[in-house]
Amino acid sequence: MQDNNDPVKHALPPTSGNAAQTENRADQRNAKPAPAPKGNAGKATGYSRRDFIGTVAKSAGVACIAAVALDQYIRTARATDAKALRPPGAINEEEFLSACVRCGLCVRACPYDTLKLATLGDPAALGTPFFIARESPCFMCADVPCAKACPTGALDRDIADIRDADMGVSVLVDHETCLNYKGMHCSICHRVCPIRNEAITLEKQTINGRAMIIPTVHSTKCTGCGTCEKHCVLEEAAIRVLPRSLGQGKAGRNAAGRPLTGHGQLKRDL
Amino acid sequence: MRMPFTRANIHAFAEWSTSEPRSYAATRRGWLFAHRIWLLRRLSQTLVLALFLVGPWYGIWLAKGNFASSEILGVLPLADPFIFAQSLFALHKPILLAVIGVATIVALYLLVGGRVYCSWVCPVNVVTDSAYWLRDKLGLTRDRKLDRRTRIWVLVGALLASFMTGTIAWEFLNPVSLLQRGIIFGIGAGWGIIAAVFMLDLFVTRRGWCSHLCPVGAFYGLIGAQSLVRVSALQRTACTDCGACFKACPEPHVIMPALKGKGTHLILSGDCTNCGACIDSCYVDVFQYGSRLSPKHAAPEAYINAPATPSRIPAAAAAAE
Repeated sequence: MQDNNDPVKHALPPTSGNAAQTENRADQRNAKPAPAPKGNAGKATGYSRRDFIGTVAKSAGVACIAAVALDQYIRTARATDAKALRPPGAINEEEFLSACVRCGLCVRACPYDTLKLATLGDPAALGTPFFIARESPCFMCADVPCAKACPTGALDRDIADIRDADMGVSVLVDHETCLNYKGMHCSICHRVCPIRNEAITLEKQTINGRAMIIPTVHSTKCTGCGTCEKHCVLEEAAIRVLPRSLGQGKAGRNAAGRPLTGHGQLKRDL
Repeated sequence: MRMPFTRANIHAFAEWSTSEPRSYAATRRGWLFAHRIWLLRRLSQTLVLALFLVGPWYGIWLAKGNFASSEILGVLPLADPFIFAQSLFALHKPILLAVIGVATIVALYLLVGGRVYCSWVCPVNVVTDSAYWLRDKLGLTRDRKLDRRTRIWVLVGALLASFMTGTIAWEFLNPVSLLQRGIIFGIGAGWGIIAAVFMLDLFVTRRGWCSHLCPVGAFYGLIGAQSLVRVSALQRTACTDCGACFKACPEPHVIMPALKGKGTHLILSGDCTNCGACIDSCYVDVFQYGSRLSPKHAAPEAYINAPATPSRIPAAAAAAE
């Protein structure tokens, strides 16, 4: 407590003598720069216009530095890993981060402990809810309790049907390891799919002269729940849920400027 | 060695653990006197967290969610006004439930004080109070001066960044959210940021985080500047100038006008957290909790020392207004 820099001392009552010293120092500081402005306001408060402008400039500087630093940091920290999926009903990722307060009510509402709040080092922005399909998929509760629990609109509380959910899209990413492509009838992804025979169908194909049945995802039906990815029998899943921006192509326009139809229409546009 | 919890040992420990600012009151009025509000605060901080933890631990769902937004007993929504403000700056259109939750909290802060969150709820307060206590025990005096208004500009920066990025910007590193959410949902590697706050307060700046940098407290302080419940230096004539309250207070500048001024006895600065450290540490009972509406606390001294007649009390109230 012998420290002269201790703010406590400066705050002590005048009887201690320290306050007087502080005042003297303040006077010297104010006296050094050019004569104080003549305005009455300056004299009355002992706080010159120069001081005021200086303070405002410094403060604005601090605010701008804080804003820019935070902005730069967020641009790196906001990136959500492709394997981290948002709960059903999530609005698009850009808007999601303006709405989600990271309260975890969706996590509490999930009866399967699928959802988690990201901690530091998790593949989603700090504190936001996500799940990893390979660990625990979305079980597609008919009443969508997680979305209904959201207090901010980051998840659409009015989602009518879990089949409207758009957590991503399932893609058979690896033809080289998929057992069906080796001529086997694994088809586990097809059998576990909760949107049976609609989101994934088995299509007969002849490849190199051999008849095969190939699991085929229909993006307009798939909700991205990840049950197929969870149950793929390989050590690393050959079928995975990806964000739609990664998992789907999109046809552009032809040379005549007419839209090409039939490919890559986004689910939300249908 | 065989009897570590003898009465003498407990007394010795209590004496050793008492920080210097509280020792004035502790030696004269006892350890419990010097820590009575401190104990209540720690109890309050523990109970609020417990409210959220008995659900996941024992299946008793009193409160769901966390301090950012919650649902109490399945009906009452509560939501953090600072996060809400950032969300507005990020141009998110709020839904009614969020507005109700925020309005409830703002009303509460207007009643009991905005920064009551800081001292009675926030778990980071325990971290920074511990750092301050350890500073005292280790005799660390290094204090890199920061302007206490820095937090206001960090606050402005956070709102600007929310607008620039279209996100709730401060939540990407807010240690306050990180810790409370971490305790309720799991903290992972988040301990690092909390440790950094502790180190800042211990080695770099006295009361660095809560009293200089944290924009969350700054925001609640703006709300709470108008709040009803305030600490009152009602018995300021009894002050012995020992300085204990100034040393114990996390925002010492708030005390001076009420304690040494001639006007209202109430500490009116929004920076005051209503933590009651001044009440605990004053061995002559200068401070107590009071209300902005009470003529007794709001009135200048003359009215208090003069024998009050029933007709004069309303006049005193009017004078104070």
